[in-house]
Amino acid sequence: MSALTALTLKGALEGLASKQFSSEEITRAHIAAIEAANPQLNAYVLTTPEKALEGARAADARIAAGEARPLEGAPIGIKDLFCTEGVRSTACSKILGNFIPPYESTVTANLWREGAVMLGKLNLDEFAMGSSNESSAFGPVVNPWKSRGSNQPLTPGGSSGGSAAAVAADLCLAATATDTGGSIRQPAAFTGTVGIKPTYGRCSRYGIVAFASSLDQAGPIAKTVEDAAILLRAMAGHDQKDSTSLNIEVPDFASFVGKSVKGLRIGVPKEYRLDSMPAEIAALWDQGIAWLKAAGCEIREVSLPHTKYALPAYYIIAPAEASSNLARYDGMRFGLRQEGGTLTETYENSRAAGFGAEVQRRILIGTYVLSAGYYDAYYLKALKVRRRIADDFEAAFTEVDALLTPTAPSAAFGLGERVADPIAMYLNDVFTVTTNLAGLPGLSLPAGLDSTGLPLGLQLIGRPLDEGTLFSLAGAMEDAAGFRSKPEKWW
Amino acid sequence: MAEREPYRISGRTGDWEVVIGLEVHAQVASNAKLFSGAATSFGAGPNEQVSLVDAAMPGMLPVINRYCVEQAVRTGLGLKAQINLKSRFDRKNYFYPDLPAGYQISQFKDPVVGEGVLTVERDDGSTFTVGIERLHLEQDAGKSIHDMDPNWTYVDLNRAGVALMEIVSKPDMRSPEEAGAYVKRLRALVRWLGTCDGDMEKGNLRADVNVSVRKPGGELGTRCEIKNVNSMRFIQQSIVYEARRQVEILEDGGKIDQETRLFDAVKGETRSMRSKEEAHDYRYFPDPDLLPLELDPDWVKRIQDSLPELPDEMAERLQSQYGLSAYDAGVLVTDAERASLYETLAKKHDPKLVANTVTQSLLTFANAHNEEVTADGVLHIDTKALSAYLALIEDGTVSSRTAKELFEGMVAKEGTPAQIVEARGLRQVTDTGAIERVVDSIIAANPDKAEAAKTRPQAIGWFVGQVMRETGGKANPAAVNEILKVKLGL
Repeated sequence: MSALTALTLKGALEGLASKQFSSEEITRAHIAAIEAANPQLNAYVLTTPEKALEGARAADARIAAGEARPLEGAPIGIKDLFCTEGVRSTACSKILGNFIPPYESTVTANLWREGAVMLGKLNLDEFAMGSSNESSAFGPVVNPWKSRGSNQPLTPGGSSGGSAAAVAADLCLAATATDTGGSIRQPAAFTGTVGIKPTYGRCSRYGIVAFASSLDQAGPIAKTVEDAAILLRAMAGHDQKDSTSLNIEVPDFASFVGKSVKGLRIGVPKEYRLDSMPAEIAALWDQGIAWLKAAGCEIREVSLPHTKYALPAYYIIAPAEASSNLARYDGMRFGLRQEGGTLTETYENSRAAGFGAEVQRRILIGTYVLSAGYYDAYYLKALKVRRRIADDFEAAFTEVDALLTPTAPSAAFGLGERVADPIAMYLNDVFTVTTNLAGLPGLSLPAGLDSTGLPLGLQLIGRPLDEGTLFSLAGAMEDAAGFRSKPEKWW
Repeated sequence: MAEREPYRISGRTGDWEVVIGLEVHAQVASNAKLFSGAATSFGAGPNEQVSLVDAAMPGMLPVINRYCVEQAVRTGLGLKAQINLKSRFDRKNYFYPDLPAGYQISQFKDPVVGEGVLTVERDDGSTFTVGIERLHLEQDAGKSIHDMDPNWTYVDLNRAGVALMEIVSKPDMRSPEEAGAYVKRLRALVRWLGTCDGDMEKGNLRADVNVSVRKPGGELGTRCEIKNVNSMRFIQQSIVYEARRQVEILEDGGKIDQETRLFDAVKGETRSMRSKEEAHDYRYFPDPDLLPLELDPDWVKRIQDSLPELPDEMAERLQSQYGLSAYDAGVLVTDAERASLYETLAKKHDPKLVANTVTQSLLTFANAHNEEVTADGVLHIDTKALSAYLALIEDGTVSSRTAKELFEGMVAKEGTPAQIVEARGLRQVTDTGAIERVVDSIIAANPDKAEAAKTRPQAIGWFVGQVMRETGGKANPAAVNEILKVKLGL
């Protein structure tokens, strides 16, 4: 059984196609693994075993009939930010309560159309707002990794903490996730998994509970670079129901994995070398540079001069959009409602009871920066910074083909360690928010372990729509790193 | 034309001038809503025309309806306005149960249509010009129903997301009548273009009225906005009330608070809608779910080329082609149907006679029955009846005087025009012998007047009148004139 859950997505698809095992078998193996692990890890907020087995049996029938589709029979997990028809979808917020959407998000619909099987819904920070999964209404996810010799529970990162932990602990072959400021890449880095946030507009946002519309983008978290490429191709594609979706062909991303990277020019942005950066992160970064050099890449230092303004700009723009996007949770049509004596009281009571502290904080920040008298000083200024950051990247990409940076400024930290300090928490996103602001693809891959045995990630940033180059580079680095570590099973 | 008296409000400190600007909300004639595929037809059951997008379910996204944009551009072109090839949608944020998303998608900063102009006719036929500030697209909200239950408010989202054009005028109106005339003209234009049905009773066209007062020619005063006034009469009543209210405050040494007010049609007064503590900060910002709206200049050109002849252009053509007065032409182009009826008839009959018939007899009849003039006439007085009526005048069967009586017969459904002429004995007397006998007897009875006419030929008019009276208006006026000239020796 454990052999089946340990498979990569690629390996599982090959095994299914060659009938070494059935979808029902590999799905049952995962259901069993989830049952055993979830009480400790809390990665899933809802499991759908009946639906999974039903899907698995249908997949087996198609495989038997020779009608297998690209993801036929592969059991995967879905971040609970994606609306799934007839299956509770909560964004891990109390305000959605037992909301059961009568519709399916485009990304998940694409996956089911290709034959994937849903195991359940994965935990996340409430409305994807957080970097540690601790703001979830269902409680935090516990990272399957632990520091050597320590029993302290660690965060898997956030907001896609459930997705990352489930993949790392073999509770699904791969998972969907979303990334507004680093929510795919930072958890991937914290759990030794691969995650990519594609170019803004690659994946439809239709049916994904919105956090910050101009930054939100779906992507996969997977066990290998190739698995991430396979899942991303299935998730992506133009959708008329999302005006910001790009009407552009989706390449076979997996075909880029294994391609030579010889001659590619790699930029190392000097502004990312923070004074406060732990020596281990800096060393890992240098290691990554060495691997790419060895693979035939040309390394250049580049400058992204507005980098230091990215985090403040992000924490203005994202909350501004969120404050408006979350106005629909008013207790009137669905979800939680707490009656009050007047309409205003009903609003106040419902939203006070339904939203957690971090979400309330961001709604307040967003409302403030859009208010008359503050709009120009904050929101408009942030939009200008955003433009400059995009210009920085554009200039850099005239000289180089991709950028290499660390994914996060630290390894996974202890649960509860940073909840009292929102600023410290926000600093997790310092290397990742820039690509969201500029709409660029960013990929995180595991590159090694720190001195306590925790995984660390490196980030590759590419030109718009050039995920292919990122997959080639990541494939080369994955080979060089030879990262095969798995968390030691304690659950 | 005589100089018009400007509209003034007389106060204790002298006369005041009222300054009016209007924001007209016109529902776009479209089968689907602005950002969802839901239907827009009137009369559906509550919440039957609501899509997941309209109800703002989690993860739902707006997608612009191309046809609604086309309708806005068409209206803009009708207003001779600048079409902005790049515009943008913004969110206007506020909480209300009939606004499911918690924001209305509107165009705050960059509207699809910029400055334009509308020539408006007053009741006396004189015209004035109203500047158009802008036209933008926005979503309508749903409807809150407060009177179905004492404790609950019901919400119907059928209207939520329906496309509206907000047409903002410059403060170019100076009396309630001018405001009324502007709305009437604008309504006629959108109906003419087919971009809004103009049905005010269904709320498909309504206005926010901005009113301020000042000493004539002085600095603009602080304005108040009267929200959502939904009839021509209420627009005018609310202005009369509001201007008077403001004058009283100012004359008492007070100051006008810029605020939003509501018109209470029952009491005929305006009142403040919300207190200052509740004043909204709408936190407008660009809607990140939508890309900027970019129009292809060729597409705009195709819309321009597909426009029907505009009312102003048609009025000019009617004057040059049919020799009509500016006034008649103006009345005819008030409405596309009316204009169409005119042209149908003018092709077969004397254009001036047709103009008189349509703008006078027929319009009076339509107004009396609260009907609109359609391309096929009004009620039972259709094009066929009108054509027969006009022919009877043109061939001399009835005189212009008896024509009036004939029309009355038509109104009273007494039969076909020919039958009415016979039944009412309206046939014009062209028998010169009969007319001569009447002329002779009148001259014989008034020898002094006959003598005087020899030196003062214009006195013939008196004799014509007498003859017409004797013949009950049936004598052919031309024949009467001829005979009189001979008999009086002129």
